[in-house]
Amino acid sequence: MLSFVVRRLAVAIPTLLILVILSFILMYAAPGGPFNSERPLPPEVLANIEAKYGLDQPFWKQIVNYVSGVVTSFDFGPSFQYKDRSVNDVIAQGFPVTLTYGFWSFVVAVTIGVSLGVAAAIKQNTWIDYFAVGISIGAQVLPNFVMAPILLLVFTLWLGWLPGGGWSGGQWQFLIMPVIALSTSYMASIARITRSSMLEVLNTNFIRTAQAKGLPMRRVIWRHAMKPTILPVLSYLGPAFVGMITGSVIIDVFFSTGGIGQFFVNSAFNRDYSVIMGITILVGTLTILFNLVVDILYAWIDPKIRY
Amino acid sequence: MTLRTKLLATTSAVLIATTGALYADGHATHPETGEVLASDQSFTYRDLDESPSIDPGMAEDSAGGDIVRDLFEGLYNQDASGSLAPGVALSHTVSDDNLTYTFTLRDNAKWSNGDTVTAGDFEYAWKRAASPELASPYSWFLEIMALENASEVIAGDLDPSELGVTAIDDTTLEVRLSQPLPYFPLMLTHYTTFPVPQATIEEHGTDWTKPGNMVSNGAYVLTEHVPQERLVRERNEMYWDNENTIIEKVTSLVINDENVALTRYLAGELDRTHVPAGQFPRLSAEFPDQAVSVPEACSYYYMFNLRDGASEDVQDVNVRRALSLAVDRDIIVENVLAGGQKPAYTFTHWATAGFETPDIPKASMTQAERNEMAVELMTEAGYGPDNPLEIDLVYNTSDSHKSVAVAISQMWKQTLGVETVLANQEWQTFLEARNNGDFEVARGGWCADYNEASTFLDLMQSESGYNDSKFVNAEVDALMEEAKTSNNAQANYDRVEEIIAEEAPIIPIYHYASVYMYNENLEGWPFENFQQQWYSKDLYKIAE
Repeated sequence: MLSFVVRRLAVAIPTLLILVILSFILMYAAPGGPFNSERPLPPEVLANIEAKYGLDQPFWKQIVNYVSGVVTSFDFGPSFQYKDRSVNDVIAQGFPVTLTYGFWSFVVAVTIGVSLGVAAAIKQNTWIDYFAVGISIGAQVLPNFVMAPILLLVFTLWLGWLPGGGWSGGQWQFLIMPVIALSTSYMASIARITRSSMLEVLNTNFIRTAQAKGLPMRRVIWRHAMKPTILPVLSYLGPAFVGMITGSVIIDVFFSTGGIGQFFVNSAFNRDYSVIMGITILVGTLTILFNLVVDILYAWIDPKIRY
Repeated sequence: MTLRTKLLATTSAVLIATTGALYADGHATHPETGEVLASDQSFTYRDLDESPSIDPGMAEDSAGGDIVRDLFEGLYNQDASGSLAPGVALSHTVSDDNLTYTFTLRDNAKWSNGDTVTAGDFEYAWKRAASPELASPYSWFLEIMALENASEVIAGDLDPSELGVTAIDDTTLEVRLSQPLPYFPLMLTHYTTFPVPQATIEEHGTDWTKPGNMVSNGAYVLTEHVPQERLVRERNEMYWDNENTIIEKVTSLVINDENVALTRYLAGELDRTHVPAGQFPRLSAEFPDQAVSVPEACSYYYMFNLRDGASEDVQDVNVRRALSLAVDRDIIVENVLAGGQKPAYTFTHWATAGFETPDIPKASMTQAERNEMAVELMTEAGYGPDNPLEIDLVYNTSDSHKSVAVAISQMWKQTLGVETVLANQEWQTFLEARNNGDFEVARGGWCADYNEASTFLDLMQSESGYNDSKFVNAEVDALMEEAKTSNNAQANYDRVEEIIAEEAPIIPIYHYASVYMYNENLEGWPFENFQQQWYSKDLYKIAE
């Protein structure tokens, strides 16, 4: 197992490097640049700015400088758009925000999603099943860009219970609507995967055997059916968790949280190269890391899997 | 009157007097208008996006400018009507050749750390803004101010110490220009010219703009800044006119979505927000005291590509004029936009200071007459029902640009039978295409840098870097060159506008207006100020 982890981490380094180089090339291939605007800058002004950010150097040198800056001093460079800040500043401020609401969304989505899925599968074709499936389909077809304005309308404008946005250091009033809006569609997917996985497991021979030897249903479900059910859910949860904690531009835009999702999307529009790269590396690293975590959990849950 | 009634009357009179006094005491009144002020003097407004910088030397957008004007104060401020009001400078004198300005600074202007604001702070700030080392995206503003040696310093050919600004002593600042510029003092209300604290910048580097580090000389100091979320500034006790500041705390919230912002305004979280496109008629009917449309210093237009080798169709002046005539601007402003915009027949915004909109013949025609003339011109150019013109129109992705483009393509189709191919492009892609001349007709928008017609008409000069049409006209060049030093350039501007109408390198479509919701208790907003340069120190809230 240990050698597996070491091997996976060793592969992660070239993977990240390829990610960096590919993103760099794609970014530069996109038309425009960070300092274009409706009012083109006079050439002498543009020259100064490009010199300041090293954009006047050859392409390969920019990549080398960038990678060596990241590797040697963990310096992701200055933001080209937010001129008073570095990329490290942007991530240090935005990431804790998305981490917080993303984590709570994950907890909510997993708890409710798995419960609904299990309940639906056990009580297949009863009103409980229809109810659970109804809720998850409803949540699935209400994407967060529809949920968010509805929540705002109801809780902020009509009822006046919750602030319409902002973060205020992550106080609970500011968390509720982002968490609901972000978790619903994940919750729906988790419920559907859990339900179909559980149904499949319930029809297998070993479950029938367990029932035949007279075990109570509760014990059959928890002791025998739950573990194999959770495997497909788990492979969905790895990337989903990364998706949630690295934020959603919709949540950030509608609730003005100051989270990282918004910075990511804006940086692409603004051609803010260094911020694009910084967040790409962050998301890439987290994705690799949590895929590894999922693989380890797999082996732990399923004795058949050995690395 | 019995004793009893007398007593009652006296008691109630005393009671009324005391409560009245108490009320007035607890609720201060405005020193000039005498209105009773609200006890909560905080002002919260919406910004569309996080500003790139709040460093006066680096700031580059108007929302950042709003923040910088609260935190810092330049030589002059603008009053409610847009005229000059004293800032750090009390007055100035101009040399006979109009090239040297000498400013007298007040001696009681202080930085928020108690240091005196001196002429040296301005000298440092301007040289810093021009230096290649800072590489400010707005350094060109010093060039259009005609500051001596600005271009050479920016290009790195001269040392910043050669810039035409010198602090003679602590309260005297001398500024030298490379050519006379009649509207020069007005440009000093722009944030690029504001002073910055040298010691603080040298101590903290780029981190000097963070709360806790920043030292500023405006009516407010920065107390909180969470990028993409909020920026808070509070009264600066050291400000020379602090006793006349009424608003205690100003908060700008970044809310990207205008509908979310409106919801939060209606929920009472904001005192000012933008009106989402198309909602002005409904909101002004529902909230007549709150929905306001004010002219905004920008013009919306379509440009033709006049480069050699560009599409032949639009090289024909008759085609360009016909397309311009067939645009029913009244429909665009009244039905498509519906936010108080005005139809444009001139490039210069109608509300620009000192500019009288000239009589452009097509402006006074009816749309039917314009259409008739357009059809004639089109026939003359050789297009007709059997040989319809096909044209490509490109605009940057946005719902409102799309609505305008769709409406105009329909007008062209109905009046002239022109087939328009609409294409939208993401902003950066669009800018590059337009700059490289990769278009036939493209959308354009231009906002004034200062309140004078040349800020618009300079774009029509052959050599202007912003002339994306690549329109070349020697007469325009000569007229604009002459206007720079003329004390009354209206005749020049009239003629340039006429040439634009005759040659139609662009189609002026409408003059912007900005539509906002304002808390009805918020007073002092400078609606008359064309550039919408507002200062929180001039605002106040009255009691309900």
